[in-house]
Amino acid sequence: MTTNTPAVDVQTPPTAPPRENYLNCSKGFKSWALTLDHKRIGLMYLVGVSIAFLAGGLFALLVRLHLWEPEGMLFSNIEYNQIFTLHGAFMVFLFVIPAIPGSLGNVVMPLMVGAKDVALPKLNLLSFYLWLAGAVLAVLAIVLGGFDTGWTFYAPYSLYTDRAVVTIGLAIFILGFSSIFTGLNFIVTVHKLRAPGMTWFRMPLFVWAIYATAILQVLATPVLGITVLLVAFERLYNIGIFDPRLGGDPVLFEHFFWFYSHPAVYIMVLPAFGIISELVSVHSRKPLFGYKLIAFSSIAIAVISFLVWGHHMFTSGQSTYAMFAFSFLTFFVAIPTAIKEFSWVATVWKGSVALNSPMLYTLAFLVIFAIGGLTGVILGALNVDLHLHDTYFVVAHFHYVMMGSIALAFFAGLHHWWPKMFGVMYNEFQAKIACALIFIGFNGTFLPQFVMGSRGMPRRYATYVPEYAPYHQASTIGAMVLGAGVALMVFYLIASLFQRKRAKENQWGGVTLDWVAPTPPPHLNFDVEPKVVHEVYDYSTLDYDSMQRDCK
Amino acid sequence: MSHDDHHAVVIPAPGPEFVPHTVAHHFSTPVQEFQAGKLGFWLFLATEILLFGGLFAAYFYFHEMFPETFRVGGQQLDWRLGALNTSVLLLSSWTMAMGVRSAQTSQKSKTMIYLTLTVLGAVGFMVIKFIEYKAKNEHGLIVFGSLFDGYDGATGQLAWFKDYHGVMADVPHGHMFFAIYLTMTAIHGLHVIIGAIAIIYVMRGTAKGRYHAGYYLPVDLVGLYWHLVDLIWIFLFPLLYLVP
Repeated sequence: MTTNTPAVDVQTPPTAPPRENYLNCSKGFKSWALTLDHKRIGLMYLVGVSIAFLAGGLFALLVRLHLWEPEGMLFSNIEYNQIFTLHGAFMVFLFVIPAIPGSLGNVVMPLMVGAKDVALPKLNLLSFYLWLAGAVLAVLAIVLGGFDTGWTFYAPYSLYTDRAVVTIGLAIFILGFSSIFTGLNFIVTVHKLRAPGMTWFRMPLFVWAIYATAILQVLATPVLGITVLLVAFERLYNIGIFDPRLGGDPVLFEHFFWFYSHPAVYIMVLPAFGIISELVSVHSRKPLFGYKLIAFSSIAIAVISFLVWGHHMFTSGQSTYAMFAFSFLTFFVAIPTAIKEFSWVATVWKGSVALNSPMLYTLAFLVIFAIGGLTGVILGALNVDLHLHDTYFVVAHFHYVMMGSIALAFFAGLHHWWPKMFGVMYNEFQAKIACALIFIGFNGTFLPQFVMGSRGMPRRYATYVPEYAPYHQASTIGAMVLGAGVALMVFYLIASLFQRKRAKENQWGGVTLDWVAPTPPPHLNFDVEPKVVHEVYDYSTLDYDSMQRDCK
Repeated sequence: MSHDDHHAVVIPAPGPEFVPHTVAHHFSTPVQEFQAGKLGFWLFLATEILLFGGLFAAYFYFHEMFPETFRVGGQQLDWRLGALNTSVLLLSSWTMAMGVRSAQTSQKSKTMIYLTLTVLGAVGFMVIKFIEYKAKNEHGLIVFGSLFDGYDGATGQLAWFKDYHGVMADVPHGHMFFAIYLTMTAIHGLHVIIGAIAIIYVMRGTAKGRYHAGYYLPVDLVGLYWHLVDLIWIFLFPLLYLVP
């Protein structure tokens, strides 16, 4: 089964005029702004979420710079509150939630199931414009006075502060519908548009992951929608539901918020799992270990994630018995998650591992996610959480999952499918340097935060006692290294579009349908309608000659 | 290159007053297109139920917290108007179902009549709702003119809740019932209006002969939406008007 065919260098064939593909099949602003092509919509998402990520990253660097000195270096306390809120809200709502499904999911998922497009292309375009409207409103909220509530908008502070909470609430409501429509579209696509022969258990695991994510997007996001709507009503005409002065209950807000926002964590992380599942197999040149288990564990995580929201509220005064249940169920999530982690490691084991940049990002993910996942179990333990609640330990755990795992998986997927999307290759050497900088910088930023968190440093404070200064300074230096790595990555990826060094027709030797399609794919994805006859990840079927050709 | 000009599948029109339907390019068969639309819309309806689910959760929570407030508050509503509105909506659901059936059987004028009756049902519902809101306004239970004036920290008074006759004076947080009542019925009312607009949209398509036995998906979907709006009211009516 395992094919260890060494990569063969063959002569590059003479250059031919570029064939028609989705990038050059039509020109002009309208051909992009009104496109119904899932690949173009995916690229527009990619540009959008990347800008949001860079903005959010800039806010993060400002936060870290401010914390260089115990009394704070840059901002007043109020300004600091706004900056960290902006960082959180931009990263969560504008980047992490839409990033992978919106960009890579849109481009790759229909290719993987062998469809010509997503099931509802107009709704897909609407999703993107809703995202854009949400982003514009979020920027408008900054102009209208900003918001200083943290990304969680906890009542009653979010009801009383004089900042632009209604505007950002509206932005989140609209972004929520963008996310719902993307999820809805993907569910219908997976159910109805699979190519002949593409059975459920021949679907690549990225599709399974996107499918599980879509279920969560559809079922959890409406509750966030009604929650921010109620906060807006509360601020506009004092209905009193969350306001304790009027008989309301702020803890009810927390229940509503986390009923969405815990599943939302899996909306963010499941697509990342999907990318890693693809990449460990392709770059180890081995069928995935435990394909069905990984597929089912995505669904299991999606189901269990609806039952654990109370673990964010162990100090809120909810019932003790509820806390037992929430803590127990939280441990339960660790089982399907560990199944994935071990299956990935077992896939790499004795594989023919190609240490190219997508694989380096993948290996970095495997290390970082192991730490991020295990510290989650620590926080899920009731008595430990009472000590660690709202400390930097939580911040570090959260970032090990959100930034270290999800953003790194996003980068891995971006490097993996970049030649597919654009038909060009980036500079591999620079990519490896950037990956190393990001890995070192990331751990440098957040490992010290575990230590200072366990020693009692509370999150979200603008100042701190001098004893914590070494940890904060180490963390700030790490953040600068991380920032340098990301800047290098942005540089060589953009440069690759201008250098136009042609990618191979099948750059990494993938066997899923996204690599069967021409590079870059034509407007309708495939020259002939694909029929699937092989099991998924069957590398014995790979045609190495066609793989080595330069794409046109 | 436009999106729709590749080997398109066309469903012929059943008569001269209809137009043929071109299946979207990324579907291989009309059945696939129909099922994709149906599945997508059912998922959308699920999100609507979850959106209202949050409001129902809030209702039950505060009903449990302040049972007296909800008992006395419910008595202030006129159950006869509520029952009348329930009948209007149920009747309009029937006309909607008949409209969908007429579209499926290519009966254009019948479809138009039933859809018009459904829109009239929506208008009737909103008129009755307006009469109810007006009465609440006169009793100071929901003062619409002061809805956005907020909360006076000095007196502890809400601008929109004045309770001129003191009917809620003896129960804790008397405004709570009306806050929930207003939020739930206003969001439901918004759905009635959106539903009416959607029906008018498919009436336009019907007039142009777009919907017939070969293709009636939009009428079908708007019908589903209308039944959901009806169904949510079926729950709102007893909870707000009848439950002691």
